[in-house]
Amino acid sequence: MKIHEYQGKEIFRRYGVPTPHGIPCFSVDEAVAAAGSLGGKVWVVKAQIHAGGRGKGGGVKVAKSLEEVRANAKKILGMQLVTHQTGPEGQKVRRLLVEEGADIAKELYVGLVVDRVSQRVVLMASSEGGMDIEEVAAKTPGKIHRVAVDPQAGLAEGDARAVAKKIGVPEGALGDAAKLLQGLYRCFWEMDASLVEVNPLIVTRGGRVLALDAKINFDDNALFRHDDVVAMRDLDEEDPLEIEASKYGLSYISLDGSIGCMVNGAGLAMATMDTIKLYGGAPANFLDVGGGATADKVTAAFKIMLSNPKVKAILVNIFGGIMKCDTIATGVVTAAREVKLSVPLVVRMKGTNEDLGKKILKDSGLPIISADNMAQAGEKAVAAIKAKQAKPKPRPKAKPRKKPAKAKRKAATKVKKRKRK
Amino acid sequence: MSILIDKNSRVMTQGITGNTGQFHTRTSRDYANGRNCYVAGVNPKKAGESFEGIPIYGTVRDAKDKTGANVSVIYVPPPFAAAAIWEAVEADLDLAICITEGIPVRDMVEVRDRMRKQNRRTRLLGPNCPGVITPGELKIGIMPGHIHKAGRVGVVSRSGTLTYEAVAQLTELGVGQSTAVGIGGDPVNGLKHVDVLQLFNDDPGTDAVIMIGEIGGSDEETAAEWVKKHMKKPVVGFIAGVTAPPGKRMGHAGAIISGGKGTAQEKLAVMSACGIKVTRNPAEMGKLLKSVLR
Repeated sequence: MKIHEYQGKEIFRRYGVPTPHGIPCFSVDEAVAAAGSLGGKVWVVKAQIHAGGRGKGGGVKVAKSLEEVRANAKKILGMQLVTHQTGPEGQKVRRLLVEEGADIAKELYVGLVVDRVSQRVVLMASSEGGMDIEEVAAKTPGKIHRVAVDPQAGLAEGDARAVAKKIGVPEGALGDAAKLLQGLYRCFWEMDASLVEVNPLIVTRGGRVLALDAKINFDDNALFRHDDVVAMRDLDEEDPLEIEASKYGLSYISLDGSIGCMVNGAGLAMATMDTIKLYGGAPANFLDVGGGATADKVTAAFKIMLSNPKVKAILVNIFGGIMKCDTIATGVVTAAREVKLSVPLVVRMKGTNEDLGKKILKDSGLPIISADNMAQAGEKAVAAIKAKQAKPKPRPKAKPRKKPAKAKRKAATKVKKRKRK
Repeated sequence: MSILIDKNSRVMTQGITGNTGQFHTRTSRDYANGRNCYVAGVNPKKAGESFEGIPIYGTVRDAKDKTGANVSVIYVPPPFAAAAIWEAVEADLDLAICITEGIPVRDMVEVRDRMRKQNRRTRLLGPNCPGVITPGELKIGIMPGHIHKAGRVGVVSRSGTLTYEAVAQLTELGVGQSTAVGIGGDPVNGLKHVDVLQLFNDDPGTDAVIMIGEIGGSDEETAAEWVKKHMKKPVVGFIAGVTAPPGKRMGHAGAIISGGKGTAQEKLAVMSACGIKVTRNPAEMGKLLKSVLR
């Protein structure tokens, strides 16, 4: 789970990690009032969305008067903020953070994650703050310093101090910086975070160290012991289809393609998506129905897939182990009738009660396309879309139509590549 | 022959009184030699009772002392699962298999750290895994037994149903399996691909191995490097998630591409470079394996 910067800073302060003074705001008037009560002469108006890269996208503005605060707040609040993490459609800004301006002498980077190899929390720090850290890691890996933390002992003061020194914290501020890093580690550990990132961590001209930004992601598996974190969830920042899916215990992620897929098991779901691509199609989603799929769950899954207007065909791939194929078949038939399915449906079933499941599908009288294996399922789903597109027009005209579709796909992958950076 | 488990293993179920624990203990006991192998259950509140003839003990230690069990399978709910793993480790069992999905990562970091610091001998498989099966001998976990066939091919995978897919393909081609191991989809776990490959390499009953991975982390790369240096048997592979976008968690907590690392393309390239034959078509895992058998 993700939270906003201002919420992250509230948590930071609990752990003794100093941040600039700031007030979260939901309207332009509130923003102006906040700046007034913070005092001073310089303020920063910051868009609060869950994606990173807000500054480059125009979501962070410095104001030198209350009028400028008003103008900036007006501009940012309600804007569709596009960053390298939001995708081309951007994310609507509904909340602001108005903060006192900081007198920056140095910008540094600090991050904490769980390292799968050492199986410990690793503190990463760099002198290259304010930059895209992935770029720093790729171009100048020597500038990133790492400490794997012993979970029993926690982050030792000596280690924290040594890292602070390596990334260029001045001598006089080393004690404060070490305390800040220790606070961040305790925050990560005690709050069950999966990521804590401060970019930038700054040293002011006066020699203070401050977390100018705050990013905290939480381990979903541990939310049961953090009611305060759950209360910070902002559903506006999440994909409505993913929220709907989670209500039914479905693991769903929207993608760019046109073939909706419903699979049991995360690995098989990914493999099914890959198969679709192998045959020239593109998956519209990742959807794992999990182990104990009921007819209700399958119906919900169908509704969720179909509420994506890009879906032109559906592929169901089930390996019935514990889950029986006849149960799934009944669910698929019920769902297809209930949602009045209008796109081609390809079903591949394997495992327990396979024959019974196939019979249920066949006897339903629904135009379900059956496939014997995964490859065939992918191939048939892709072919079904092409056949449907080709139908209204005679064949010779259908062929040139393919090209623009391909070009579109290429454009989509280009966008993805950009996102990766 | 096989790795990790065989018909001589003696198994206890931690969490035998829960729905999941009951269901899978029953189906596992009904498979092959299960009736002789499943000897105990553990539930601190129900010591002295029994589940369908399997005696329940209050602690893992007690169950081990009374029955000689050397393996435990864990179905305990997520908030208590790490403690259950530790109990099995402290009792010095040979193998603890944790099926439970959804254990907080911090709990696993703590358990793994303690296991290392105390140099514990117990092997941990999982968590969030389907378990392990030696076809025709013993099944421990949630996989469907009937798709397997006894034979000489090893299977190791991070994913459950994708493992079944590979196994079913092999069985359909008439190729049996020595042991099929699901190592699980969590970022902090016990046995990794490389550990299981080492066991298969040393097992005279295994001729070749299918290694199935997915996006996220670098376990597959580590395993591939090891294969290049030490593996005496052919290995074929598949990586799920070529189409997965970065930054999105694909179901498994460990299946996420972050910072441009852990992509399927990268893993496939390293595996190929290390002499592992790879396919991009998951429907052809079995065929590919058959092609390398002598």
